[in-house]
Parts: sequence; C-alpha cells; structure tokens
Amino acid sequence: MPIIDKRAANLLVWLLLVTAPYWFVGVGGYVELGSRILIYALAAMALNFLLGYTGVLSFGHAAYFGLGGYGTAMVLKFLYPSTPLAMLAGIVVGTVAAAIIGPLIVRLRGVYFAMCTIAFGQVFYFIAFQWSSVTGGDDGLSAWQRQPINLGFTTFDILHDNKAFYYFVLAVFALCVGAMAFLLRSPFGRTLLAIRENERRARFLGIPVDRHIWMSWVVSCFFVSVAGCLYALLSDFIDPRAIRWDQSGNFVIMAVLGGMRSFWGPLIGAAIFLVLQDYISSHTENWMSFVGLFFVLIVLFFPRGVLGLIQRKSAS
Amino acid sequence: MTTLLLFNVVNGLIIGAFYALMALGLSLILNLSGVINFAHGGFLAIGGYLAYTLLPYLGFWGALVISPFLVAFIGVAVERVLIRRLYGRDPLYSLLLTFGLAFMIEDGTRFIWGAQSKPFQIPSWLAAPLSTDLFFLTGYRVFMMALVAAVVIGLFVILNRTRLGLRIRAGTLDLETVSVLGVNVRVLRNLNFGLGIYLAGLAGVLASGMLGLQPTVGDNLIMPSFIAIIVGGLGSLPGTLFGGVLIGVASGITTVFFPAASEAVIYVIMAAVLIVRPRGLLGEEGRF
Repeated sequence: MPIIDKRAANLLVWLLLVTAPYWFVGVGGYVELGSRILIYALAAMALNFLLGYTGVLSFGHAAYFGLGGYGTAMVLKFLYPSTPLAMLAGIVVGTVAAAIIGPLIVRLRGVYFAMCTIAFGQVFYFIAFQWSSVTGGDDGLSAWQRQPINLGFTTFDILHDNKAFYYFVLAVFALCVGAMAFLLRSPFGRTLLAIRENERRARFLGIPVDRHIWMSWVVSCFFVSVAGCLYALLSDFIDPRAIRWDQSGNFVIMAVLGGMRSFWGPLIGAAIFLVLQDYISSHTENWMSFVGLFFVLIVLFFPRGVLGLIQRKSAS
Repeated sequence: MTTLLLFNVVNGLIIGAFYALMALGLSLILNLSGVINFAHGGFLAIGGYLAYTLLPYLGFWGALVISPFLVAFIGVAVERVLIRRLYGRDPLYSLLLTFGLAFMIEDGTRFIWGAQSKPFQIPSWLAAPLSTDLFFLTGYRVFMMALVAAVVIGLFVILNRTRLGLRIRAGTLDLETVSVLGVNVRVLRNLNFGLGIYLAGLAGVLASGMLGLQPTVGDNLIMPSFIAIIVGGLGSLPGTLFGGVLIGVASGITTVFFPAASEAVIYVIMAAVLIVRPRGLLGEEGRF
C-alpha cells in the first residue's frame, strides 16, 4: 500500500507549484529561484525519460540544453524580438542536433554510451567557446531581453513581472510534463520500460531496440532543449558554462537525488540541489568542494533518492 | 612552410603523448573495473602541484620521480575508501562519484596552492633549444617524448611479462574466472587503479614543466583522453595509445591549415570512427 494515493500526490504537487510564488518567498526563497527550480526540474525530468524509463545513461544533456538556450538568445538578439519564435528556434536547434548525433551512439551501451555522450556534448561547448564572433565566446551572449508575450487580446508581461515569468515557465513546464506522462503511458512508453527491464528479451519480441532508444533520446533532448530556452530567458543571458559537462552532471545528480525510478523524483532533486547550492554559494567561496562532497555522499548513502526511499519504505 | 608543418607535427606528437598517457591510465581502470574516472584530470593536477612543492627540496629529478608515486598512493587510498564500494553497481554511480571527486580536487588544489598560475622550473639545460634552425625543439620536449615512450614501453612490459600484468589482462577479459582461480581481485583492482593514477601523476609533472600549473590543468586533457579511448577502441590498450597519438598529431596538422578547427578535428575523427567502426579502431567486437 502506498502511503499516499497517486492522484492525491499529483494534485498536491501541482497545488504547491501553482501557489509557489506566494509561499516560497515566505520560507526564505525568491521568485527567480522558483523559476530556476522549475527549469532545472524540467531538464532533469527530460533526462530521466532516458535514464530512468529507458535505462540509458546520458552524461551529455547539457549540450542540447545549451543549444536551446543559445538558439533562443541568438534569435532574440540578432533576428526578431519574439519570445515564442525564439524558443521555437532554440528547440529546433537542440532537437535536430540530437537527432543527428543519435544514430552515432544508439548502438553503444552502458559506460561506452555515457562516454560518447560526454564527448559529443563537449563539441558544442567548444563551438560556443571558440566561435566568439557569433556566440560571444567565454563572455556569453548578453544585452538582449525576453519579450512580453502577445496573446492577441492581452499581453503577458514576462519581462518586468517576475511572477508572470514564473507562471509562464510553469505553463511550459506543465505542457512538457504532461506530454512526457502521456508518452510514458502510451505503448511507446511501455516499450521503453520493456527495453529498460530486459533489452535482450525486448529484442527477441521483435522490438527494434536501437530505433526506440534513438526515439527516446530525441524526445528527451527535445524537452531538455525546451528547458534550455527557458534557462536563457530566465536571466536574459547564456554563456558556455550552461553547456559544459558539469551541467550534465548536475542534471544526472538531480534525477538520482530525487529518485530516478519515480516520475516526480527529478523535481524534488532539482529543488533540493538548487536550494542547497544557492545557500552554500552565498556563504562560502569553496562551494565546489561542497557540491562535490554532495555528489559523493549521495552516491554512497542515498543512491535510491528521496522518493526511492519513500517507495521502498511503503512497499515493505 | 615545412618548418611550420614540422613544428606543429612535433607539437601534436607531444600533446598526443599526453593524451595517450592520460588515456592509458583511464583505460586501465575502465577495462578492469568498469569505472570512468572523471577525477583523472584532478589527479594529474595533484601530480603537478606536488612536484611543485617538492621541487625546492628534491630538485627537478627528485620531484619527477617521487611525485607520481605519491599521487598513485593517494589514488590507491581513494580506491580503497570510495570507489571499491561501487564495483558491480550501475556505472552511473561511479561516474557521479568520480565527478564529485573531480570537483573536490579542483577546489582543493585551488584552496591549497591558490588560483594563480604557478611556474614550474625545469633545469635550464633542458629548456634550451637543441639547434637554432629547429628552435621549437627544446631539450625538454625531446626528453618528454622519450620519457613517455619509455614509460609506455615499460607499461606494456609490465602487462605482458609480469604476473601482475598477466592478471590484469586476464581480469579485463573475465574477472570472475580470474577470481575463481584464486587471485585476490580486490588487491588486483586496487593496484591497477594505482597504476592508472601513477600515469596521470607523471603526465601532471611533465605537463606542468611545459604549461605551468593551474587547478584546471587537467580539464583540457580529459576530454581528448576520452576520445582517444573511443577512437582506439574500448578494451584495447594499444588502441588507446594509437588513438591518443593519432588525435594529437591530427590536431597539430590541422593547426597549420585551419587553426580554429584544431579542437574540432578530434571530434570529427571520433564521429567518423563511430560511423564506420563503432567499437573503435582496435576494439574487440561485442565488448560494449
């Protein structure tokens, strides 16, 4: 018997998210941090689509996150001041890159897959870093702004109103999360679970495993690039650090920390990670050591994550 | 033009030697324990900094000999305390753990030795160019290449001629059988990890003589080392060696014709290898 009913849990999560700008500040947070948690949660949940539900370890998701961000930033800075259009461009760039790289790596498994995703992820870091005439190099792309969204009958001012931006992020988050939940419940999602549980058996059943892993990879990178777009919009800024391998590691640790076998796990992981990071980096210069120590402690003592622990307790 | 080309080929060979040294250590650990050691670059930095600290007491040669052993000792300790617990578990966890370690080491070196770049003094007779025509060919560079070559030959002699090497190679193929035959696999993996870290430490000392010292010195070397392993083929040490030298020289030659692409070319090589031969140039079929 689970402790709480699944529907009640879902309702609770959404209720907390919708009311967050009102209670989060009360407990010492600020609205921007709330938006950042949602964005990272989306990225970690997208990664978990691949990691937790397909059983494939990617350590290079920051690349597609960053591509989404750079795509968005460049359209807004150089081409056309429209937030939705810029996001669309970012998403297309990230997803297409993933779709092209996918076939090179889906034949690989385990550690080898992880290593190749890391290495390919670095390609985009180098491009962002080296091609400074376009990407701004190490300094990143700044001096541009997200634009208010014109809904026809009214404009939604996400530029000046932090809360409005939070709700914009929440709306995108809800769409993406809903889509992922729908996909996971579909026959496609069940097939992915079958591959995760026993790849050889899935293959014997006639499932084209490599193609499914490729599809799962592209879906996952699609959602991660959505998160990347929002990330660039959040601070009207993007730089190569958004795309580097340590960012990929952050996504993975968020998924693991929250519990990668549960749908909401990465959200909880992202919240804990970012709140801690926010707290630590404002108190010490050596926050990197603490983050590293955090990684080590989670792996050694907490590998199932928060929700994994709860589920196991309620199962016994 | 010829001089320029030669200059960059030699440069590429040296960089390739570093990649190969790093990648051989990574590969040893990966083959026997299934762990991708993200902290390898960190161990490299420790090697350089320890040599820097030892230099006033032991001189260059003393530091060069002692420092890699100290780093290997640290590596052995880290394996015993942390990494050993993760064998047999999802590779995800060892990746995350070494990832965290890499953070801690980078921050630790910055805390102890400072963020500023430190010079590393090499003997002056080594720093001088060998001839005026080939001004780039300093004694140090020749010495480095010779030393790396000697160490690599030594490594292969250990692997092919000693009992420890035999066990490491056998364990790479089938660790369970090796264990059943009465070899203490825990000790074997421990020593093997130390051997891999020793190579990183040595690369660290040599690199700091050429590039100076920064906490992030390993960062630029670790990604190409991964690529060297992928290109050469997982499970094959000669492949790793070949992969490292290949991408080093390739990026050196590219520097002559199209400098901006010198980093990109190694990724192009990796992509080409993965398309044509996913297991890597000298990798075995069906290992991963």
